Amino acid sequence: MYAAIAPFFLLFLAFGVFPTAYSLVLSFQDWNGLGAPEWVGTSNFERLFTDGTFWLAVRNTFVIFVLSTFPMLAIAITIAAMLNNAVRYSTAFRIAYFVPNITSVVAMAVLFGSIFSDNFGLANAALNAVGLPDIPWLSTPLGIQVTIAILITYQWTGYNAIILLAGMQSIGTEIYEAAKLDGAGPIRSFFWMTLPLLRPTILFVLVISTITGLQSFTEAQVLTSTASTTNPNSGGAGQGGLTMVLYFYQQAFSYSRFGYGAAIAWGVFLIVVVFTIISWRFVAGRREDKLSG
Amino acid sequence: MTSTRLPVTVTESIVTAYEPRRSQRRSTPPQIVMYIVLTIGAVVSIFPLYWLLVMASNATGDIYKSPPTFVPGPRLFENVAMVFTRIDFAGALLNTIIVASSVTFLVLVLDSLAAFAFAKFDFPLRRTLFTITLVTFMLPMQLAVIPQFITMTNLGWVGELQALIVPAAANAFGIFWLRQYIVSAIPDELMDASVLDGAGFFRQWFAVCLPLIRPGLGFLGIYTFITAWNDYMWPLVVLTDPHRLTLQVATAQLKSAFGQDYGMVMAGALLSVLPLLVVFLLGARQFVGDIAKGAIR
Repeated sequence: MYAAIAPFFLLFLAFGVFPTAYSLVLSFQDWNGLGAPEWVGTSNFERLFTDGTFWLAVRNTFVIFVLSTFPMLAIAITIAAMLNNAVRYSTAFRIAYFVPNITSVVAMAVLFGSIFSDNFGLANAALNAVGLPDIPWLSTPLGIQVTIAILITYQWTGYNAIILLAGMQSIGTEIYEAAKLDGAGPIRSFFWMTLPLLRPTILFVLVISTITGLQSFTEAQVLTSTASTTNPNSGGAGQGGLTMVLYFYQQAFSYSRFGYGAAIAWGVFLIVVVFTIISWRFVAGRREDKLSG
Repeated sequence: MTSTRLPVTVTESIVTAYEPRRSQRRSTPPQIVMYIVLTIGAVVSIFPLYWLLVMASNATGDIYKSPPTFVPGPRLFENVAMVFTRIDFAGALLNTIIVASSVTFLVLVLDSLAAFAFAKFDFPLRRTLFTITLVTFMLPMQLAVIPQFITMTNLGWVGELQALIVPAAANAFGIFWLRQYIVSAIPDELMDASVLDGAGFFRQWFAVCLPLIRPGLGFLGIYTFITAWNDYMWPLVVLTDPHRLTLQVATAQLKSAFGQDYGMVMAGALLSVLPLLVVFLLGARQFVGDIAKGAIR
């Protein structure tokens, strides 16, 4: 028996448990990868707390998170509700909606970089065609954040819709029949039955979106990367695309600050955990009222 | 249509009760509107891939004229050829295939062995080990990245493909997923029968477990392959040799190094997506069903 689980656990110990524990040790050290690490106590964390760039990255990450998560959930629930009623071509639709999620973030970030290019991009060409002025997508901080949010929304809406759809399909049809007899229209039964009964699935989707959204990296890194070597991976114009994990990557691997990088990683982890618990409470907490009522 | 209808009157509920076909029609929004919205959504989902093809098959000058070209052009092969001459794209493609296939194979073997043990056998520390697996699985990847890089430096694996393959083989999600699958797919009676036949653990794994969980392995295989194929941060960190890259790192590099030549860069991006799209579409029907199942459980 142990021979069966040993290969996995040896690898898991070496490449899962050990690095995580070691990164905690590293966060109390100052080390650039060469020579001997120096023990510096909590000074990395003190520095993190007063590091303006880190807090800028926190702010950027939350702006992107809010701009992407709420439109994404709203659209995904709408799509799921429609797919739940559509009988024809349902599989074809689901496959089409899932395609954005399997295309690589890198390729899509490269593509979106061109679509949202300031001067010749398709997005601005479309705006001009209907008489609107250019939007400086990639040369202002907010523009970059909106572009990243659109990219995340594009890649994850279909995935979430498929999951929400499965949640809707697990709700029995009897309850809708009963509601129909009581004269509830489709909109009413959607808001008063589907949504409350769907709460566990919405919770799952929200938690996954929070965890992945707060740790977005590739979108920002590829969209804002340049060939320039001065201050690499700093997040583009006004550092608007500097997410928390991109800042971690920059400090750890552009500047070889292993100790400080590890401290950032733990800071990010803490923020993600706290915020996941908050969004959990936000959805799950209200269920008890409903059940007792 | 009748969505804002006011609440119940007795007559109305009697009417709806006796006219099932009519009430059914009322209970859904107008079908045609729904299909139009769904189709628009599907077009939005697919359009970026189409646009990728348009850009990859035109000269950069044709893409950025006003109004832009909306149809694929004649330059696809020139742009693709340019990708292969500018950087070692063929090598990157081969590396990505090697990494994604090896990771998938290792994950399927190691995870099905461990999941089988966790699902059907009792042994000391079983619960503890399973809990540790789950907890670590939930820790974010960037916590481990720096120590992982230091480990790779000590092993002399920096820049080598095994730096991508070996750590990815310890995939806790697969154990979680397969354990669930095995618990519901393999009845205990079958296990008892195979014991009476004198089968040991590995015989049972190979002859009883694997054939019965083939659909579960199929999902995990496609999922692992896609994840390994698209992985970016870790390859970017550890593949320091510019002549040994994966597709994702190579594509990102094309963008930052030759950003002006859009036709070529998009040809590279298209090539990095295409093989995966084929793999996905082959197993799509089942995959899209399974990913939802995993979430609902």
